Amino acid sequence: MAGARPGDDRTAPLVHTAGPTPRSATVLDAAEVSRALTRIAHEVLERNKGPEGLVLMGIPRRGTHLARRLAERLAQVEPAFDAEACTGSLDVTLHRDDLRRNPTRTPEPTRLPATGIDDATVVLVDDVLYSGRTVRAALDALSDLGRPRAVRLAVLVDRGHRELPIRADHVGKNLPTSTAERVFVHLAETDGEDAVLIEGPTERHAEGEER
Amino acid sequence: MRHLLSTADLSRAEAVRVLDVAEQMAATQQREIKKLPTLRGRTVVNLFFEDSTRTRISFETAAKRLSADVITFSAKGSSVSKGESLKDTALTLQAMGADAVVIRHGSSGAPLRLARSGWTSGAVLNAGDGTHEHPTQALLDAFTLRRHLVGGGPGGGPAADRVGADLAGKHVVVVGDVLHSRVARSNVHLLHVLGARTTLVAPPTLLPIGVETWPCEVSYDLDAALRGDVQGPVDAVMALRVQLERMDAAYFPSAREYSRRYGIDAARLALLPPHASLLHPGPMNRGLEITAEAADGARSRIVEQVTNGVAVRMAALYLLLAGEDA
Repeated sequence: MAGARPGDDRTAPLVHTAGPTPRSATVLDAAEVSRALTRIAHEVLERNKGPEGLVLMGIPRRGTHLARRLAERLAQVEPAFDAEACTGSLDVTLHRDDLRRNPTRTPEPTRLPATGIDDATVVLVDDVLYSGRTVRAALDALSDLGRPRAVRLAVLVDRGHRELPIRADHVGKNLPTSTAERVFVHLAETDGEDAVLIEGPTERHAEGEER
Repeated sequence: MRHLLSTADLSRAEAVRVLDVAEQMAATQQREIKKLPTLRGRTVVNLFFEDSTRTRISFETAAKRLSADVITFSAKGSSVSKGESLKDTALTLQAMGADAVVIRHGSSGAPLRLARSGWTSGAVLNAGDGTHEHPTQALLDAFTLRRHLVGGGPGGGPAADRVGADLAGKHVVVVGDVLHSRVARSNVHLLHVLGARTTLVAPPTLLPIGVETWPCEVSYDLDAALRGDVQGPVDAVMALRVQLERMDAAYFPSAREYSRRYGIDAARLALLPPHASLLHPGPMNRGLEITAEAADGARSRIVEQVTNGVAVRMAALYLLLAGEDA
């Protein structure tokens, strides 16, 4: 389940009501987020042996912003890559298998590059990889839109706990977590700053294991 | 939302949300593969006690595009014509496991009765009840108006310009058989909630008792309303069908007189500002409330309304059936 997306109103609000504010720690700061994205951009190009046929599809909402940033970095390295024309946004809401376990979500727009995705190498971009269910939904959504030559997955944070046989091709940071912890990705576009934060279980919840 | 019974129950936020979801649903209907897996395994029953073409087909298409199973039930040719009651019909459908019931009924309040009675556990969607309400029609009208009047302008710019927007400040003239029209009633409430002004135009005989308490203005003079003399410049005109099948008495002297005073023709459309749209919920009586020239003209959004109806009904089914509270 998408517990990895606090700050995103599609998920149920955190239960902060009892006990003091949970502790949260910064895992990546703005410079580290930027370095991770630059590295991923180079990895994507290396893997693809150049920018030919590359299409970046971000999963709303933070994945869409990350895809745009990756595309800008690709264009810096390879001026032949047209960042605007090769970037899109892929809403997966209508393909999710956990709709009935969550409050009703409002679908976000899907935008395809003008050239479509047929025979392209599509790089799916998301902020956090957790259960893998979002990615599964994305693969289904993608197959309704066309037939890519290959699909790759790039994520800023992989926090483990997969429920499906899915792995990322490009990872900004592997972050071992417990399921009781929550991972926040903040981006300048949506949250005013670039950072990845990890938040422990609430004090009350963690009382027993506190030092 | 648990049921969709009446636009009078909708808040502004709920109504805008339906329009926003419909916007995304409409986008999916532009694709080569229009079917989505969203409501796979859910069952939608279309329960039609009254004749209908577009509403029934529209709901059926919407449910199928979301991968729900659809059972269509028409009163004609069913046990209803043998005298089975609404209750027994509903209990039968419940026993078959309906997740949603789309109901059209000749009696005002039948959908509410179904929703409150406990006869069915599914969501109830009102597809027109007597002379009461037809909420999905009003929502698709509002959706069509928003596409043409907000953001990108005629034809609609990018959807992002309209998401979250209402119809604040717009002015819609609704002309025709208001007395028998559930479409008019639903539209008056919805347009009011969305911040638009409505002017109802009809002969006094075709206005319901109590219309003065509705959130709208009433006029008997169509030309004055179209010229903007009643509530200012007009952004859209909606012609209502003259419901001859419901008319048990003489409501106007002759069809010819009606169409001369209240029919929409090209000359009347010329009184409107250039951007104004023409809507009609269908089916049309061409030559009575609307001329063929007007219905097929450049301002007409009548065919587009049918297309938008599928997207709006997909949104309604999605919002009622997809979440955990459904």
